[in-house]
Amino acid sequence: MKVLVTVKEVAEPDDDFAIEGTDIAEADLEYDLNEWDDYAVEAAVQLAEAGIADEVVAVTIGPERAEETIRMALAKGADRAVRVWDDAFEEGFSDVAAKVTTFEAVVEAEEPDLVLGGVQAADTGFGATGVALAERIGFEHAAVVNDLEVDADAGVARVHRELEGGVEELTDVDLPAVLTVQTGLNEPRYASLRGIRQAQRKEIDAKDLADLGLSAADVESALAITSMYEPESESDAEIIEGDAGEAAGRLAEVLREKGVSA
Amino acid sequence: MSDVLVVSEHRRGELRDVSYEAITAGRELADARGGDLRVAAIGGDVDGFAEDLNREGVDAVHAVANGEEFDHNVYQSAVGALLERTDAGTVVIPNSVNGLDYAPAVAEEHDLPLVTDAIGFEYDDGLTVTREMYGSKVETTVDVDGDRFVLTVRGGEWAPAEGVGDATVESVEVDHPESGARVTGFEEVAGGDVDISEADVLVSVGRGIEEEENLELVEELADALGATLSASRPIVDNGWLPKNRQVGQSGKVVTPDVYIAIGISGAVQHVAGMKGSDTIVAINTDPNAPIFDIADYGVVGDLFDVVPELIDEFA
Ligand SMILES: Cc1cc2nc3c(=O)[nH]c(=O)nc-3n(C[C@H](O)[C@H](O)[C@H](O)COP(=O)(O)OP(=O)(O)OC[C@H]3O[C@@H](n4cnc5c(N)ncnc54)[C@H](O)[C@@H]3O)c2cc1C
Repeated sequence: MKVLVTVKEVAEPDDDFAIEGTDIAEADLEYDLNEWDDYAVEAAVQLAEAGIADEVVAVTIGPERAEETIRMALAKGADRAVRVWDDAFEEGFSDVAAKVTTFEAVVEAEEPDLVLGGVQAADTGFGATGVALAERIGFEHAAVVNDLEVDADAGVARVHRELEGGVEELTDVDLPAVLTVQTGLNEPRYASLRGIRQAQRKEIDAKDLADLGLSAADVESALAITSMYEPESESDAEIIEGDAGEAAGRLAEVLREKGVSA
Repeated sequence: MSDVLVVSEHRRGELRDVSYEAITAGRELADARGGDLRVAAIGGDVDGFAEDLNREGVDAVHAVANGEEFDHNVYQSAVGALLERTDAGTVVIPNSVNGLDYAPAVAEEHDLPLVTDAIGFEYDDGLTVTREMYGSKVETTVDVDGDRFVLTVRGGEWAPAEGVGDATVESVEVDHPESGARVTGFEEVAGGDVDISEADVLVSVGRGIEEEENLELVEELADALGATLSASRPIVDNGWLPKNRQVGQSGKVVTPDVYIAIGISGAVQHVAGMKGSDTIVAINTDPNAPIFDIADYGVVGDLFDVVPELIDEFA
């Protein structure tokens, strides 16, 4: 069985950041592997370790900088990686369909039995790519999976879907399938030194749209970000000033007023 | 194509609140587009749901009597059938775990642009959606190209629709492919000895605590204040505290007199579980942490400095 893991390098703003135009200033962003995708990578690697998956391929849509991130997936045990990038993606904000078109081409080339990705990307928070991809490529799917058992012989993934309010839905999903992985599914490993060394020798296949038989028109976005701003605060919080001791003193006063005491 | 279709959501026999909120959002959109508002109830007690969903401003309710619980294949097929049979051109869906299990497939199948997790919108010549990015640190406006689309709306952002409407109710059954995803049951997690939703004072700890050993510090504070300890999701994901301590969308909804958020950023799924607290106190090093937007009292500072001092105050 072959597992494809979609991973994204996400941007996280520094505590102090400036907005330039319709995004946060590049200098104020740090990049990392998306938290949810880390759990998806771990799930795939565990399937390989259990002898259920014979190959784990990580795929990302991202610029050269993202190689650092996708190498983390390799260091944790993915066998090889595909990185797709093209000037067309620099134009603006890619919508879900643009990403799905790109992943569809990769799926056609790789022919996986199972596609794993995170529930959402921490930066854009759309939470939609996996389910849309499943529809496009004719796979079954389940969103927000926090428990996974793959029965390859039966061709089923037995999953829990984490609903709201502490309720989980138990579902059997026919393979091939796309599953979106929720945090807590497993305990993502840290890359070992050996893993990091091995990752240096693993292949990252860089492709542009033409390599996938696509053109810029295929990934044209129906969405455009037209403004970005800091939200107005809903409360008029009293921000308690002073050093830790002074702040704690004032806080204690407030808490006592509210009737808090041991 | 000017009509708007809102898809309601229910679980285990109950309509969820976000259904009524989505009706309000849908009505706004229908007014702006000069169309009717149609609401779908899919699966379960659809006749009962249809009655409840007939709120002011609803023009038609489609009671789709397929199955009991949520099945994404049924939902997708039902929406497809209604888009075909009615004048609905756009779809509004709750931005819930189940909503996100079929809304992207609907958008993909019908080649419609998709915007998820809307917290507001304007509709003039076209749709402009307000949504957050970067863990609620910023808001953005997103323009949608084309006059048909699928929109998912965040819970708690629109007032629930009220009153009684004079909607026509239509009962239908739709054809759908045999499901390749079969629900076999439900499980309640988060049970156990402590019920954080009963506590008057919660000391709630987040990823800012860094290490499991450091939990001692907040335990000590909880003791000193006579409070109960709760947590954000990463603490529970890490196995440092049991699931019944988790506050938020997938954990417990709490409304204590005082909620003290320590090293918690205030992600939307966390806030969903505690915004109803009477008094919210936040301790966080990041002055831009979204938790300060809903806090009543904030300390911008290091929890490892502030919490020990606070313990001393109550010692
Ligand atoms: C479907 C779904 C359901 C979810 N359900 C839930 C849920 O039920 N509950 C929930 O909590 N989350 C939930 N989440 C996760 C949520 O999106 C966030 O990832 C999570 O709430 C973040 O937890 P946090 O605030 O502890 O961590 P972070 O966002 O990492 O924030 C840590 C904070 O600590 C601060 N900090 C760091 N060091 C210090 C220090 N020394 N002193 C003071 N402050 C410090 C940082 O500035 C930061 O603001 C869900 C997500 C999804 C997609």
